[in-house]
Amino acid sequence: MISEIILQAMVTGLMMGLIYALIAAGLSLIFGLMDIVNFAHGEHLMLSMFSSFWLWSLFGLDPIFSIPITILLMAFCGVLTHYFLIRYILKAKMLIQICATFGLSIFIRSIAQFLWTPDFRNIDKPLLEGRLEISGMFIGQPQLIASLVCLVAFILLYLFVTKTETGLALQATAQDRHAAEILGIPSDKMFAIGWAIGLGCVGVAGGMMANYFFIFTDVGINFALFAFVAVALGGFGSIIGCLYAGIIIGLVESLGGLLIDPSFKLLYVFAIYLLVVIFRPQGLFGRY
Amino acid sequence: MLLDIKNIDVLYDDFQVIWDVSINVDNGEMVALLGPNGSGKSTILNTISNLVSHKNGSIHFKNNLISEIPTFKRTELGISHVLERRRVFPHLTVMQNLILGAWHPKAKEELSSSLSKVYKIFPKLESRSSQLAHTMSGGEQQMLAIARGLMGLPKLLMVDEPFLGLSPLVVKDLIKIFKNVVSEGISILFVEQNVRLALSMADRGYVLESGRLVISGKSNELINNEKVKKVFLGS
Repeated sequence: MISEIILQAMVTGLMMGLIYALIAAGLSLIFGLMDIVNFAHGEHLMLSMFSSFWLWSLFGLDPIFSIPITILLMAFCGVLTHYFLIRYILKAKMLIQICATFGLSIFIRSIAQFLWTPDFRNIDKPLLEGRLEISGMFIGQPQLIASLVCLVAFILLYLFVTKTETGLALQATAQDRHAAEILGIPSDKMFAIGWAIGLGCVGVAGGMMANYFFIFTDVGINFALFAFVAVALGGFGSIIGCLYAGIIIGLVESLGGLLIDPSFKLLYVFAIYLLVVIFRPQGLFGRY
Repeated sequence: MLLDIKNIDVLYDDFQVIWDVSINVDNGEMVALLGPNGSGKSTILNTISNLVSHKNGSIHFKNNLISEIPTFKRTELGISHVLERRRVFPHLTVMQNLILGAWHPKAKEELSSSLSKVYKIFPKLESRSSQLAHTMSGGEQQMLAIARGLMGLPKLLMVDEPFLGLSPLVVKDLIKIFKNVVSEGISILFVEQNVRLALSMADRGYVLESGRLVISGKSNELINNEKVKKVFLGS
């Protein structure tokens, strides 16, 4: 009986972990590329959930059909973020860069509260509903599909970065911007692509979570914090590290909640973060 | 004239580092840029790549004014720049580094033939093609950096301190390679502190001191010049 409950918690943790991994991968990609931390990552996640919500509420599009639109909207949002904000702070001091993306997060959240109120919303009767029973375990169908979609997106992202020509150029830009520029790779364009892909990842995660998660203007905060932990745990700039770190965080969150006390769920995750910072500051797969 | 720099000034913010410098490089010529530490040699290469911009004067390449053309478009024109300290992409393989060297469409078309050509010049790179760049020795990384520069099909190859930290044996190899490259009609403009070494291989040399051109001329004329000795030995 006990082992069944633990197994159930592990599956739940794993499913959440895959979502954390994809969100973190977006953050890690942007950070690795231009050394800028997107403190508005959670707000971008919130925007993508709202995109899913409004497409459903205004046009009756179910989240699973609207997800390509959400991804495109977020990618476009990423490009805009680069050209209207990030481009101007690339050479600025770190404090200014932090203030810029942190300011962006407050800006987006406040605008969202102003336009859409802080109410909690959810999508009524989405196509993905209900749960499956597999050998005594209950698995929510939308959760399962969301985590699988995130896993697929993660694999695609990994293949894109490691196997394609543009991905290679992204890595080159991340490793030595001037050397890449001098070979003919325009870093400005690479940065814009990085933002588009980074927020595209968030679009996938947010769009899928809109199926079963409450949608409200502060929804992104905890996810962003978890993404920071995942990036630190996986190693700054390592995309594959995000996958392992995301899964570890998901497992720790759900197993810790089950075995110790669910009200301290966040604490376990951040305890891991502290342990990493103290004992292995470069993270599991970090280069720095 | 392949490269023709006329009377450029370069400023870092308000601080002028290059004063009224004119340099030219002809087709198939090897030219050395000499001078002690901080004399502005690297700055001149960086200006030719537009990593830093210049005030006043002009830079012509193949008789076209290129002063305003951004850095990433210059490889396409035929300028390859091997930066100081090699600057290979450390976490990419040798092969990936080389592929990135052939980025503009024309170079991409020639990718496979350039690769075999580069491997012929640097046989060691072929046997290490799947090795990560940062795991190689300094000399090998320098070879890779130069090979990567050649992948862009340059007419002008600029190399910043090619021999820095290399063993005499590797230096000898590199000199031979430079001569081969030049014999194929590619011009080389390189920065070097070792005057004797540089002038032994270059056709011509320019000597800089504190951002000003002191003297220029054919290598055999410069090598015994009193003024050159004074700049480098301070006597």
